[in-house]
Amino acid sequence: MNQIPVHQAGRTLRIQVLRHNPRDPASVPQLQTFELEEADSMTLFIALNEIRERQDPSLQFDFVCRAGICGSCGMIINGRPGLACRTLTRDLPDNIVLAPLPAFELIGDLSVNTGKWMRGMSERLETWVHTQGLEQLDVDAIEEAMEPALAEQIYELERCIECGCCVAACGTARMREDFVGAVGLNQITRFRLDPRDERTDAEFYELVGDESGVFGCMTLLGCEDMCPKDLPLATQIAFLRRRMAAAV
Amino acid sequence: MATSLDKGPARADVLQSLTGLLLVLFIWGHMFFESSILLGKDAMYWVSKMFEGEPVFGKPYPLLVSGVGVIIFTLIAVHAILAMRKFPGSYRQYQQFNSHMSDMRHPDTTLWYVQVVTGFAMFFLASAHLVVVILQPDNIGPYASSDRIWSGHFWILYALLLVSVHLHAGIGAYRLAMKWAPIPAASSKVTRRRFKLAMWCIIAFFLCLGTASLVTYMKIGKQHAPHAGERYIPTHKQAIQESE
Ligand code: HEM
Ligand code: SF4
Ligand code: SF4
Ligand code: FES
Repeated sequence: MNQIPVHQAGRTLRIQVLRHNPRDPASVPQLQTFELEEADSMTLFIALNEIRERQDPSLQFDFVCRAGICGSCGMIINGRPGLACRTLTRDLPDNIVLAPLPAFELIGDLSVNTGKWMRGMSERLETWVHTQGLEQLDVDAIEEAMEPALAEQIYELERCIECGCCVAACGTARMREDFVGAVGLNQITRFRLDPRDERTDAEFYELVGDESGVFGCMTLLGCEDMCPKDLPLATQIAFLRRRMAAAV
Repeated sequence: MATSLDKGPARADVLQSLTGLLLVLFIWGHMFFESSILLGKDAMYWVSKMFEGEPVFGKPYPLLVSGVGVIIFTLIAVHAILAMRKFPGSYRQYQQFNSHMSDMRHPDTTLWYVQVVTGFAMFFLASAHLVVVILQPDNIGPYASSDRIWSGHFWILYALLLVSVHLHAGIGAYRLAMKWAPIPAASSKVTRRRFKLAMWCIIAFFLCLGTASLVTYMKIGKQHAPHAGERYIPTHKQAIQESE
């Protein structure tokens, strides 16, 4: 990381944005350069909003929570995926190149449809609790208690915000479009831990026991290193690989 | 339910890792035997006779060496066929990976590329070495090997193979650990850093050991060049010959 002191006021940032509107047949992808005075504690979220307000209202990008919670502001920042709202400009050099996350459908400029990809992944991996007899479930009764340590463990994996950074950071996902990514593999380990989910390892194997699942992962660990929520993806994938190899 | 599972992908991944592990253990062991030349010609002579089974059977059987060569060749073939599934399947995929790698500047992603390149190189380099070992198993010894290396110019092959195999094996061992080892999530970052450091130390160690041995063989080969083809006679037999 660049260690540029906070009070080096007066830095002018050159922000280059890869712009393209796929719905406009005349649009060709190109880098557009914006110049901007850096402010104290400026994030890329603030910088992009300023550009949109003062320089170019047609610039497209996504933000909701601006606090690293909603997962909508993932983009490629100087070559690596990250959340724009959690990236301080002072950690970046004067020249900043922004591009949309690859591997997802481009909506326009920096905005991509991660939601569609995540929904597809979720439906394919059936990332919800599978259990019998839900119709007879008495919703007024107190739920069976879970061991606090287990609840904690599940919560740790549940922190994933589906930002897509791990997919963009993964060399496997870039080469194989059907690869479920660390986000998908992590969610499988999350439901496998959940005592309410009655699925067996053989059933999980049906979902991730192939080259588009856990055996496609080449352990490049881009996911682990780029996940903005610091999820323990490497250990989760190794765990799932051992379980799935033992399941057959 | 369980009977209808396609076991193929799981087996292929386990087999790829298992053949990789066996090859890594083999090559690391191989380095110590090969570098016995650093202890002198007699030490290397003894090691080569040991592998021909002389201490056990009373006389050397070079076919034993061919046998080991065939086993290693088979392991490499199985490993390479399984690993090649992971190669970029088309030029477009190759370009995707290449631009991804240069954009990301991410060490582990780059290390994978090093494995692909060195693996591809070994396809030819290791095969050439093994074919010689399998076809001429009796042609291994302090002078026989040195003559091949110097007068036969095999040092070029061995220098390239040395670098390829140790990068590939060291990185492969690190990848194996990250791929399978049960590392507690809480300490995984520290553990990974240590594995990585161990990987570089091991690679450096074997590259030094291998280079020192290769240079020694080259020196012996150069001195012995006028008599290339003559075999080494160990010191204890030289003494017997002289007294006769
Ligand atoms: C000569 C032909 C060879 C080729 C084409 C080859 C190719 C590869 C490739 C492409 C990978 C990465 C696979 C992946 O990411 O899943 C790999 C992994 C590996 N290779 Fe090789 N290799 C060869 C020989 C060797 C040798 C001689 C050794 C041992 C000294 C070795 C040890 C390993 C290990 C330990 C791994 C990691 C295994 C894993 O990821 O499951 N390979 N090889
Ligand atoms: S695992 Fe991490 S990088 Fe991947 S989608 Fe979830 S939060 Fe984002
Ligand atoms: S470890 Fe590598 S190959 Fe596996 S999911 Fe993560 S980035 Fe992709
Ligand atoms: S705006 Fe919600 S994560 Fe960045």
